[in-house]
Amino acid sequence: MSDHGDNGAHAEHVVPVSTYLGVFIALLVGTALTTGVAYIDLGKWNTPIALVIAFTKMSLVVLFFMHVKYATGLTRVIIIAGFFWLAIMITLSCQDEFTRTWEIVPQGWLGNGSMILPLLSRFF
Amino acid sequence: MSDLAHSAHPQGFAHQFEEIDQQRDAGRLGMWAFLVTEILFFGGMFTAYIIYRLKHLPSFIEGSHQLKVVFGAANTAVLIVSSLTMALAIRSAQTGRKKGTTIFWLVFTWLLGAAFIGIKLHFEWWPDWHEGLVPRFHWFYNGPHAPGVLMFMVFYFCMTGLHAVHMVVGLGILTVLIIMTARNRFSAEYYSPLEISGLYWHFVDIVWIFLFPLLYLIGGRYPGS
Repeated sequence: MSDHGDNGAHAEHVVPVSTYLGVFIALLVGTALTTGVAYIDLGKWNTPIALVIAFTKMSLVVLFFMHVKYATGLTRVIIIAGFFWLAIMITLSCQDEFTRTWEIVPQGWLGNGSMILPLLSRFF
Repeated sequence: MSDLAHSAHPQGFAHQFEEIDQQRDAGRLGMWAFLVTEILFFGGMFTAYIIYRLKHLPSFIEGSHQLKVVFGAANTAVLIVSSLTMALAIRSAQTGRKKGTTIFWLVFTWLLGAAFIGIKLHFEWWPDWHEGLVPRFHWFYNGPHAPGVLMFMVFYFCMTGLHAVHMVVGLGILTVLIIMTARNRFSAEYYSPLEISGLYWHFVDIVWIFLFPLLYLIGGRYPGS
């Protein structure tokens, strides 16, 4: 390591090892939990619970491992904008897909041996 | 700190920046801008996945039950450990530890990344191939929802495949970082390449955190599911 310690700025936030270990254990518990819950019949709640656990794990990684808890406001705006755009993509795509009826496509258009043909004939 | 620009420059400090703090922030911001494009890149696949899952849920459940959930869960744990070791590698550079310590954590991270790919290839994709679950190339699955399961497996291989490509890229980045660390390129003042590569590595971990429940655990694994 080069010896520049005297000139350096040390305003950087150094995350304590104990915080990293705590997050790490929480992530492992989350993984065990999400796998375990899948073996219990919770009806329609299985998927929402899996998603809540996944979002919690993501938040832990983003805030602590990726240091966003200590990041500048500008960086946070960029990240939030990214997720906001993702939400737009998912919401509007679903909105379009589930409110529009499709015209039947002439199947010759797809050609013989198309991988998608059996699917189309199965569902449409 | 404001007179840093006028004092001796730390190694790696670029002259267009006022202070090394500003340089670090700029690096982080740029990496996050890239990661946002990655979020939307994977997001496109997740969007398609959501739509097809909602339309063909029984097929997706049947397809999900073909996957090797134990190895999916094990790989999730492998990636989480690798995220911890990556964070510790950066911390070791940040706190000015001996370069050997940083290299140890980087090599540890590299090995875990390689283990992830190894487990995926050997315990998941290889058996999938033998069970005829690879669409187009080796497909002879004929369960009740075979055409829909085929669609699910296309999603499975595209999403985990894209993720695996990111893992391979990550291993390349780690290799470069190990060499740079060995050549004394980093210090307690300058460790941005380590830090932003860490952001990338953690991002790839997050993608898997979502892929695991969304692909392996559809419809649960309980008896009668």
